[in-house]
Amino acid sequence: MTDSIMNNPRIDDTTMHNKTIADIIAGLDAGEFTSVEITQHYLNRIKQLDSSYNSYITINEESALAQAKAADKRRAEGDAPAFCGVPIAHKDIFCTNGVRTSCGSKMLDNFVPPYNATVVENFANAGAVILGKTNMDEFAMGSSNETSFYGPVKNPWDTNTVPGGSSGGSAAAVAAQLAPGATATDTGGSIRQPAALCGVTGLKPTYGRVSRWGMIAFASSLDQGGPMARTAEDCALMLNVMASFDPKDSTSIDQAVPDYTDNLNQPLKGLKIGVPKEYFEEGLNPGTEQAVRAALAEFEKQGATLVNISLPHSKLAVPAYYVIAPAEASSNLSRFDGVRYGHRCEDPKDLRDMYMRTRAEGFGDEVKRRILVGAYCLSAGYYDAYYRKAQQARRLIKQDFVDAFEQVDVIMGPTSPSPAFEFGSKGDDPVAMYLEDIYTIATNLAGLPGMSVPCGLVDNKPVGLQIIGNYFDESRMLNAAHQFQQTTAWHQQAPAGIALKGKDVGGAK
Amino acid sequence: MTIERADIEKLAELARIELNEATIAETTKSIADVLALVDQLQAADTEGVEPMAHPTDATQRLRTDEVTETTHREDFQAIAPATEAGLYLVPKVID
Amino acid sequence: MEWETVIGLEVHAQLATKSKIFSGSSTAFGAEPNTQASALDLAMPGTLPVPNEQAFRYAIMFGLAIDAEIEKASIFDRKNYFYPDLPKAYQTTQLDKPIVGPGHVEIELADGSKKSIRIHHAHLEEDAGKSLHEGDFEQGMSGIDLNRAGTPLVEIVSEPDISNSAEAVAFAKKLHSIVTSLGICDGEMSQGSMRFDVNISVRKPGAELGTRTETKNLNSFRFMEDAIALEVERQIDLIEDGGRIIQETRLYNGDTKQARSMRSKEEANDYRYFPCPDLLPVVLDDDYIESIRQTLPELPDAKHDRFMEQYGLSSYDANILSGDAHMAQFFETAAKTSGETKLTANWIIGEVSARLNTEDLSIKHCPVSAEQLAGMVARITDGTISSKMAKQVFEGMWNGEGDADTIIDAKGLKQVSDSGAIEALVDEVIANSDKQVENYRNTDESKRPKMLGYFVGQIMKASKGQANPKQVNEVLLKKLNELL
Repeated sequence: MTDSIMNNPRIDDTTMHNKTIADIIAGLDAGEFTSVEITQHYLNRIKQLDSSYNSYITINEESALAQAKAADKRRAEGDAPAFCGVPIAHKDIFCTNGVRTSCGSKMLDNFVPPYNATVVENFANAGAVILGKTNMDEFAMGSSNETSFYGPVKNPWDTNTVPGGSSGGSAAAVAAQLAPGATATDTGGSIRQPAALCGVTGLKPTYGRVSRWGMIAFASSLDQGGPMARTAEDCALMLNVMASFDPKDSTSIDQAVPDYTDNLNQPLKGLKIGVPKEYFEEGLNPGTEQAVRAALAEFEKQGATLVNISLPHSKLAVPAYYVIAPAEASSNLSRFDGVRYGHRCEDPKDLRDMYMRTRAEGFGDEVKRRILVGAYCLSAGYYDAYYRKAQQARRLIKQDFVDAFEQVDVIMGPTSPSPAFEFGSKGDDPVAMYLEDIYTIATNLAGLPGMSVPCGLVDNKPVGLQIIGNYFDESRMLNAAHQFQQTTAWHQQAPAGIALKGKDVGGAK
Repeated sequence: MTIERADIEKLAELARIELNEATIAETTKSIADVLALVDQLQAADTEGVEPMAHPTDATQRLRTDEVTETTHREDFQAIAPATEAGLYLVPKVID
Repeated sequence: MEWETVIGLEVHAQLATKSKIFSGSSTAFGAEPNTQASALDLAMPGTLPVPNEQAFRYAIMFGLAIDAEIEKASIFDRKNYFYPDLPKAYQTTQLDKPIVGPGHVEIELADGSKKSIRIHHAHLEEDAGKSLHEGDFEQGMSGIDLNRAGTPLVEIVSEPDISNSAEAVAFAKKLHSIVTSLGICDGEMSQGSMRFDVNISVRKPGAELGTRTETKNLNSFRFMEDAIALEVERQIDLIEDGGRIIQETRLYNGDTKQARSMRSKEEANDYRYFPCPDLLPVVLDDDYIESIRQTLPELPDAKHDRFMEQYGLSSYDANILSGDAHMAQFFETAAKTSGETKLTANWIIGEVSARLNTEDLSIKHCPVSAEQLAGMVARITDGTISSKMAKQVFEGMWNGEGDADTIIDAKGLKQVSDSGAIEALVDEVIANSDKQVENYRNTDESKRPKMLGYFVGQIMKASKGQANPKQVNEVLLKKLNELL
């Protein structure tokens, strides 16, 4: 198989995967190659290279090729949507009809849903080809992809380090160019933080922009699905497909979906960028700070103005999140009881035994911890002090942003306090891990859209710039990111070692 | 807010998760750590602030009353741990 | 009286919507297990609820009928606990901001006295599925059917204003009558459309409230009455013996007439209520609520008063006939068709109700239609049959033998009203009853009416009961007196 591809004059397998989604669409449009060809290319790469990264849980070789074939046919018939034939991967949190959807957990290791998430359905209708399901922290709880039942994902930039989480698999797959784009989800930073750590572009939309139907719930009032790819333009192309009003999701907002590529090229002159002082305090890695400030200077060069702002309740974000998210999760994960699907323990001696052992066996430690914390925060006597208090803090945090957006158009800062860290380095202290999300969490609490774009390297480890937009202002965020990517090349950097065996390709430039 | 082993055991019962005797101490400690984190909330002045359960101001859409689902029992029960005669089987429920 | 009983009711009424409260599955009764359970009803990962507008409409109708304030921004909360018939391991319900606020319901007791029972609130929630402990499946297991999971319920919670089982039953019947009149619930208690939980405590007059127990899932008025009496007795006995009442949930078995404590599925359960993050506040405006008020059908109390006025019924009779919406409809159709209100009312309150009771049927399933009953009543009124013969006609109709006329012909039940025939019958009996005629002649005038019975009896026997009694009496008297 590899041979014939290596001999295929239409596919240069040393560079094919460098193509962005936009490039792929252009190439398919122009007939330079077929969807089958590019899909096969990615499948080969995954087979050869993913053992180093473990970014995929399930690879859908047969169905991907079948989808590619169908896409080529549809294109030939002339009635194809833009995305038709483009291969992507889905985070294993999106229910995919007939395909094991594990959510990174033993609890769902045998779960094959007979229905599609709306996000999956949207891509299917658009003719996309699904390469496989990517690895993730179990039930989306984590910032390092170390908690997956399927083993940790390794950061392609340095396989001794984490890719970030929970969408570590999607980030690593895109970074290692094992997919041009991948869907992901973000509850406290799970798209943006791994994007930053892996040097890719990721976007969390406004809460309610992307349907949560079929997206396995972690924290219902915080979860949002979004794209990861190597450019802002690609994210825009993916978001065009992902965003939709879904009447099956009560929290889906009925707002027209613009073409997110329309405003990419607006000049940035006059753009007011808020820089929150709270995001540049202690705990921020100096190398990261430097890269971020250099990025901000780039924006100034393009005519934007930096405005110092304050988000005074920032310090409440992580504590509030670690009440609200576990509380909602503790309830959302109760359905995993061994009765109707998923794992069930062997030989339960009675009902209680079945529940207790099924859930003890099915869930990993971090998930159990959060369920117990959540139950505690909701329990009688503690509800007011914890849950109610956290929801009050949430309103204050949101108000900070609403106030800031009176003065500025977008807010920028670091995505994560430091670049990728080594496996196990956060030790036994869950809180140390939680602080990874210190800059991203508030955005979820407020329901605002946020992005991360690569903006530098520290010791050859990527650094991400976070862009936070106003409600439903994804177009503006994408515009800012795209313009930044026209005058900088951080997003074009690639880790070493991602060439197919036997091929000599340079790594980071 | 100190949390003790007995509290953890009660929570584990509520959440129906059997705790590993060997790791109970560790679990208690790590949960205590998380609670120490969230206790930082207590310092916040939230007097008169309305709790916010949703990030959006949107209100609920109501659905027209019509039957839109057909039976998919075969598909759903094909992935079930134990079924018989169209029912889901569980160890006997004692009221 | 030494002891005072304090009773509160929690009533679950299944709303008669076509689809479930949060999913588009059918709510039809009696389907094969798990054929009306969608991915959402099965709590499959990633599934989400969307509330049914009709469920809100029905709940609001109830609220308006009990004079309650309607909540304009109601919230759904999650009540978390584990049970196999609860797929999400939480029930979506309403805690802090239920759709219906405080209201009241008027009840009338057998002695004619009236009492107002306050309703604390009413809220919407979803029903759980069913657990079967025996069936065509492996022994030692329970079988779970989730068809019912997600059916919309309105839970109606009373204040503890009820003082005895008669009031409790009157209250329960009144609620039944309201929800059926409104058309929001089919009231089929045997199918579980309405279930009653009774909270009972006892105390000495003037003392503080005693500890209460809850007896759950009573689905018949008779069971409710018995269960209350049993529990009150148990509590009084226990206290008088020096014991303490434990707050617990109990189950009453109508067949064995015994109750037991439930091995509590929610023992020391902390439900950890919190607002459901998958559902947004349901905001309703005055116009919407007002438009629903405009569509309210006639309520039981109004119907009761109208029946008294329009049909000249007593309050007691009006109560029986207006109580159940189906009963009221049956009565009005029959009365209008027959043109004979009083007789129709008597037949329904008497024979029809007794028969329905014996066979445990509701008026909805009465084998005799309103039109058929009216047909029979008309034949009594026009003299074709006597009241006595009518009983046979009724029996025939009940057994599906056809309409009144068909049965009258088939069984030859026409009254003999032909004067010639009657005269002949009377003459015959008089001729064969010398002794009795002699006695009649010799008796004091005031005592003579009593002696007619013998003659009438003989005449009826000779005519196989078909002689028109009124005419028989007239002719008999005339002829006897001619002989004096």
